[in-house]
Amino acid sequence: MTISPPSDFASTAEQPRWQRYFGFSTDHKVIGLQYLVCGFLFYFIGGALAGALRTELLTPISDFMPREVYNELLTLHGTVMIFLWIVPVVNGAFGNYLIPFYVGARDMAYPRLNAVAFWMIPPAGVLLISSYFLGGASQSGWTAYPPLSLNTAATGQVIWILSVLLLGGSSIFGAINFVGTILKMRRPGLQMMQLPMYCWAMLGTSILVLLSTPVLAGTLVLLSFDIVAHTGFFNPAMGGNAVVYQHLFWFYSHPAVYIMVLPAFGLVSEILPVHARKPLFGYTTMVYSIMAIVFLGLIVWAHHMFTSGTPPWMRLFFTIATSFIAVPTGIKFFNWLATLWGGSISLNSAVMFSCGFIVNFVFGGITGIALAQVPFDIHVHDTYFVVGHFHYIVYGGTVFVIFASIYHWYPKVMGRLLNEPLGQLHFWLTFIGLNLCFAPQHWLGLNGMPRRVAEYDPQFQFINQISSVGALLMAVSTLPFLINVIWSAYRGTVAGDNPWNALTPEWLTSSPPPEENWHGEAPLVHEPYGYGLKSPVSS
Amino acid sequence: MTTSLPGPASGQNATEHSAAESTEHHPDHRLFGLATFLVADGMTFAGFFAAYLTFRAVNPLPEGAIYELELLLPSINTVLLLVSSFTFHRAGSALKRDDRQLCRRWLLITATLGLLFLAAQLKEYFSLPFGLTDNLYGSTFYAITGFHGLHVTLGSLMILIIWWQSREGGRVSSQNRFPLEATELYWHFVDGIWVVLYGILYLL
Repeated sequence: MTISPPSDFASTAEQPRWQRYFGFSTDHKVIGLQYLVCGFLFYFIGGALAGALRTELLTPISDFMPREVYNELLTLHGTVMIFLWIVPVVNGAFGNYLIPFYVGARDMAYPRLNAVAFWMIPPAGVLLISSYFLGGASQSGWTAYPPLSLNTAATGQVIWILSVLLLGGSSIFGAINFVGTILKMRRPGLQMMQLPMYCWAMLGTSILVLLSTPVLAGTLVLLSFDIVAHTGFFNPAMGGNAVVYQHLFWFYSHPAVYIMVLPAFGLVSEILPVHARKPLFGYTTMVYSIMAIVFLGLIVWAHHMFTSGTPPWMRLFFTIATSFIAVPTGIKFFNWLATLWGGSISLNSAVMFSCGFIVNFVFGGITGIALAQVPFDIHVHDTYFVVGHFHYIVYGGTVFVIFASIYHWYPKVMGRLLNEPLGQLHFWLTFIGLNLCFAPQHWLGLNGMPRRVAEYDPQFQFINQISSVGALLMAVSTLPFLINVIWSAYRGTVAGDNPWNALTPEWLTSSPPPEENWHGEAPLVHEPYGYGLKSPVSS
Repeated sequence: MTTSLPGPASGQNATEHSAAESTEHHPDHRLFGLATFLVADGMTFAGFFAAYLTFRAVNPLPEGAIYELELLLPSINTVLLLVSSFTFHRAGSALKRDDRQLCRRWLLITATLGLLFLAAQLKEYFSLPFGLTDNLYGSTFYAITGFHGLHVTLGSLMILIIWWQSREGGRVSSQNRFPLEATELYWHFVDGIWVVLYGILYLL
C-alpha cells in the first residue's frame, strides 16, 4: 500500500513565502527553519538570563536581584538553553532540513507528526516563561531535585514540569520521524553505509531520545503527583526515596548530553570534508563510534551522583563505563584531525567555528574524564568546575557547531553567502568570550566556589568579574552575527546552487531548493565525501 | 568515504525500483512509526518498574502500614486481556478476508473484554486496604496500574471507534486496514505490559 503526502496541508505552496513559516506547514524545510528561528528567539531569552546572572555575580553580595529571583532566573536559563534552544535546533532544525535530502526523499516519513512536534515547542516555551510572572518560576534548577523541588513554590514547579513534558513529547515525536525517515525512506539503491554521517548521528540521537526521554516524562509525572496529590514517591519525610528520582532523572539527562552533542558531531563531519576538499577520514569507525557512544551513554548516568551515597561497586562501575566513552569520542576527534590533515582548507567562518568546536570540545572532554574519577568528582561536585566543564561542551561544542552550520548552509537556504569579515569577527568574539567566561570557572570550582548561589566568598570576586567580561563579549558577539544574517539576505553575494562544490545531496539542487527538494529524480550519491574521485554521483 | 563501492547489484536494484516508484508515493510506514512510539511508551513503564523495584529493595514499609494484594481479580484480568489479544487477532484476520460482519463481532467482543478488565480493576481499587497517599507502595501501585489502566481505556475507546468505522460504507475496510492494524499492535503491547506488571507487582 502506498500513501500520498497529506493533501489537506500540501497546498501551502500557494501561499506567499513568508506566511508559510507562521502556519502548520508540513514541508520539512519550512519546519526546519521554524525550529531554527524559534530556537534563536529562546537563545536570546536564555542569553539575557545568563547576562542577568553574570551581572549579579560581579559582586560577592546579592545586590542586583533578590536571591529567590536569582534562583528562578538560573532555573529558567538552564531549562530554556537545553530544552528550547540546543535540543530543538541541533536536532529539529538541521535534522528536518537535511535528513530528507540525505536519504533522497521528498519529505520526512510522517510530515504531519513533524509539524505537530514543532508546534508543541512555542506553547511550552511561553508556558515556561510565563511561570515567572505567575507567582515565581521554579527555583530548583533544571534538575528539579526533590526535596528542593517539593519545598519551593509549587505553581512554578508544576508549570515547569508541564512545559518539560510538552518539550519531551515534541522530542519523542521528532525522534520517531527521524528513525522512520532514515531507516525506511532511503532512495532505492542507497545503502546505510553510504549515508552522510549526520544521518548516523541523528539515528543514534533518536535512539537515545526514544529510550531515555519517556523515563524522564514518567518521573516528572510522579514528581508532579508528589507536589499536587501529596504522594511521597521522592519525599523522604513520607517514606519516599529522593535518590531514586536522581537515578531516573539522570537516566534521561546524561543521554541528553549526547542528544545535544551527537548531532553536532554529525554536522561537523559534514562541514569539514567539504572545506578541506578531502574525504571524511574513517567513515566506518565514525559510524561504530556513534553507536558505541549511544550504548555507553545509556549506562553511565550515576556518575552525576557520586556524592548521593552511591555504594562503592556503583562508583567503580560508573567511573569505568564513563572513562570508556573517551575511546569512541577520541576516535571521532582524531578522524576530524585526519580529515583536515593535508587538505586544502579554506579558513572561512564555517571552518573556523568547526575548529573552535574541536578545541573547546577536547578541553571540555578532558575535564569530563577528570570529573568521572570519583576522588576528584567528590572534591569539585556542585562547584563552578562542573559549570565550566559543561559550558565548554554545550556552548564551546554544540553552539559553535550550530554557528558553523549556519555559515555552511545559509547559502543553500537563502541563495546568498554570509559576509566573511563579519563572520570572522563573530567567531573571534565568541571564541575569546567563551574562554574568558568559562575557563576561569574551573579555577573557581577547584578553589571551592559552589554553583547555583547568588553570593560568594569575596576572595573570588576578581575571577568572577573576568568571567562576567567574557559573558559580555559573548553577548556582543551576537551583534555581528545578527547584522550579517539580515544584511546578507538582501545584499550578500549570490551563491549559486553549490558555492562550496560540495557532494552531499542537498547541494545537488537549486538554492533555495524547490518544494519537493529536486526538480526531477533524487540524485543517487554513493560517495558523499568522494572529493578527488571521478564520479561520486551515479545518476 | 572509505567503504567499498556498491557492486553492480545495487545499481540494478535502483533501476528496478525507479520504474515502480512514483515520485509522489512511498510505502506506508505508519505501523513502523507506531512501533517506534511503543518502544518509547514501553520505556515509561520500564522507568516505573525500575522505581518500584528500587523502592522494594531499599525502602522498608513504614511501621503499621498495610500493603497487601489479592491475587484472584488480577489473575482473572490477566486471562481477560490475553483472550482479548486473541479475539482482536481474529478480528484482523476476518477483515483481511473481507468478512466485515465477523470482524465487527470479534471487535465488539474485544472491547467488552477490555471494559470488563477496567471494571475488575476498579473493583480491586475499591476493595484494597490502602489508598493513593497512604504509603510509598500504595502510591507506586496506583501510579503504575493507573497508567496501564489509562492505556486500556484509550485502547477500548479506539476499538469501539474502529468498530463503528468498519460498518458498511465506513473508512475501515479490507482495502484500508491501517486503523485496525494500528489499534491491534497497540492492544498487544498493552497486554504484554500487563503480563510484566502482573509479574512484578502481584507475583514478586
